Amino acid sequence: MIENFSLNCPLPLSDYEKVLLAHGGGGTLSHQLIQKMFFSQFDNPLLNSEHDGAIFELNGTKFAFSTDSYVVQPIFFPGGNIGGLAVNGTVNDLSMCGAKPLFLSCGFIIEEGFPMTDLWKVVLSMKSAAEKAGVQIVTGDTKVVDKGKGDKIFINTSGIGVIHEGVSISPLNCKPGDAILLNGNIADHGIAIMSARENLSFETTIQSDCAPLNALVESMVSVSKNIHVLRDPTRGGIASALNEIAQKANVGILIEEEKIPIREEVKGACELLGLDPLYIANEGKLLAIVKANDAEKILNEMRKHPLGKESSLIGYVTEENKQSVIMKTSIGSKRIVDMLSGEQLPRIC
Amino acid sequence: MCLSIPGKVISIDETNPELRMGKVSFSGVTKEICLQWVPDVQVGEYVLAHVGFALSKIDEKDAHETLAILKEMGDLEEPNEIS
Amino acid sequence: MKYLDEFRNAELTKNLSEKIKHTVTRPWTIMEICGGQTHSILKYGIEDLLPKEITLVHGPGCPVCVTPLEMIDKAVSIASRENIIFTSFGDMVRVPGSKYDLLAVKANGYDVRMVYSPLDAVALAEKNREKQVVFFAVGFETTAPPNAMAVVEAKRRGLKNFSILCSHVLVPPAIEALLSNPNSKIEAFLAAGHVCTVMGYEEYIPLSEKFNIPIIITGFEPVDILLGIYSAVKQLEAQKHEVENQYSRVVLKEGNKHARALLSEVFEVVDRPWRGVGVIPQSGFRLKESYAEFDAEKKFDVGSIATQESPLCIAGEVLQGLKKPFECPAFKTSCTPEHPLGAPMVSSEGACAAYFHYKKVI
Repeated sequence: MIENFSLNCPLPLSDYEKVLLAHGGGGTLSHQLIQKMFFSQFDNPLLNSEHDGAIFELNGTKFAFSTDSYVVQPIFFPGGNIGGLAVNGTVNDLSMCGAKPLFLSCGFIIEEGFPMTDLWKVVLSMKSAAEKAGVQIVTGDTKVVDKGKGDKIFINTSGIGVIHEGVSISPLNCKPGDAILLNGNIADHGIAIMSARENLSFETTIQSDCAPLNALVESMVSVSKNIHVLRDPTRGGIASALNEIAQKANVGILIEEEKIPIREEVKGACELLGLDPLYIANEGKLLAIVKANDAEKILNEMRKHPLGKESSLIGYVTEENKQSVIMKTSIGSKRIVDMLSGEQLPRIC
Repeated sequence: MCLSIPGKVISIDETNPELRMGKVSFSGVTKEICLQWVPDVQVGEYVLAHVGFALSKIDEKDAHETLAILKEMGDLEEPNEIS
Repeated sequence: MKYLDEFRNAELTKNLSEKIKHTVTRPWTIMEICGGQTHSILKYGIEDLLPKEITLVHGPGCPVCVTPLEMIDKAVSIASRENIIFTSFGDMVRVPGSKYDLLAVKANGYDVRMVYSPLDAVALAEKNREKQVVFFAVGFETTAPPNAMAVVEAKRRGLKNFSILCSHVLVPPAIEALLSNPNSKIEAFLAAGHVCTVMGYEEYIPLSEKFNIPIIITGFEPVDILLGIYSAVKQLEAQKHEVENQYSRVVLKEGNKHARALLSEVFEVVDRPWRGVGVIPQSGFRLKESYAEFDAEKKFDVGSIATQESPLCIAGEVLQGLKKPFECPAFKTSCTPEHPLGAPMVSSEGACAAYFHYKKVI
């Protein structure tokens, strides 16, 4: 006898028999999988706030708790490797909650046959990243799987941090009129990864922008408590991050193409492969949605920091066009920046 | 049709006469491009590249002339003929 | 980016937009043939810069969209075999077949890989001699010479494990078929600039004369497209109908003679079915007999393929410019980029996908 028998379809994504790569791509399909499969079952208020981490209070102190898994291929790429990425990624998720990151856990799933020298490089990178970010890796786990059952190495990191005093970060705090700030050049990381991939390889000096953003965030909150939203635009790029915020907050977003910093070389790579840089991953970038009156002083503070030298005010939150992101193009017309469906693939047409 | 973009030839490899290749730079991103169909292209010139092949040289003089005419369009009252 | 950014200049687009507004005196319907142009028109909001008298209709110039369903099913059939490395441009891997697309085949554990250039597929064949490497050779005349070169290179390197699944289509026969349709409202064409970079534009002169229609060889950046439209409007207003080259920085009348010579060596012209449109005579390429060993259709027995299009999909009418995507009852309901019923919703250049992504609200 099955308890709690429901007449709803037991498999929430019955259109798909199998999980596709697109379900992990950061776009619409990912969103659907997470909402319909995971959120619907794990349902609770902390989860439903849908931020980069869960925020909760214990004995008068507000904490943030976050997790992320790293499966990037290739594991060594220009500007970094999977180890540094794993540490910075969770440090950044916590920072995006408005928290000072303190402690990380680290779980390794290693494929049999993975060279020790490579593992050592990964570990040293994690050590260096943790030191630079001022966090400690305090607990962990190691598993080894049969050869062929894991793609060299997967790493999961989870982290805990303490929310900065007076700071309340949530997409729901977003208001029409708020300014949208970005700390620098987009798409470096995604292009660096692609340049190292077989069959799409090209020569470039572009490096991943992988970096810990906690110190930058700390300097920002020191000059203003009117930071409403922080988001690091990783998979799916700034387009996906802004769409998620617009939908969650039920606001419109208007950005200006000319104001979005991007390296010429990255532009060249995107043109070559037919990719839109707005949808390409970043690992050392943040979007901050702030009260418009504070935008200038926050920008000035950001520009003093090595990770914020190219900081730019890229747009505003609007009353109109709720749940959409609109971009004023370089020729002065407007177009929609839609949510990515599936994975962005290089094209020839 | 089909995605093709301009790039600058930075080196040419003539080792295989039937598959003349070159390194072409797209704003600093370099890719190996087949130059077999643009036999007279020199280093420093621009080609239009599609799926790893140069389809044509860019006529830089023509490009500049077109741009100049289009710029002038905003200054003149009468329509200007573009041949 | 040099020779790209200058043709995205706001001042120049404004100048052209003003000129078009001052020249036009009555409604005109213009078709841009090429999916890349459709993409650019929607990405840059070009229709907002045109006076209401100009109607742009989007043509079938998206080779991804017009690749016959049967061909996708053949690709899926070949890719779903052991010891095959099936290679393709990124554009094709999400196009729905009768049952599966290539990404689903990959999800089922088969070796499907995306490549940037057909030469990459040849290199894979050289590196993996124990496997058969098949390349999905799709595209218009622009992509045909690179695909031909891959076959020639494979022959030169003595590779026995390389073949192409060929589904090339040609533009001029498509233009003729479109204009021969009594329901056609097209009054001028923006011809595909990169196709003409290879083929030149001599073939368009008899078309222009037969149908009394201006044909403007047009590029892809916003300035190029507006220049193409302006030239078309000027001719229409003056009741002229000529072929005009407005992409002269790369297009010559005779095209690229080296690339064309290679095409003649490797391919022959045949009738081709276009998905959603039907068979257009003499509108496709097939490998010549001398290159038969590289023809994947001959190499692999794909049996009889029973194709099944979605009964809801009106891709054919969209591709011929007879209907706009939002006139399709399935648009944004049962047909979305995540669940495409037809190719124009999948291809980044397909009219349906472009409308879905760029035209929601404004």
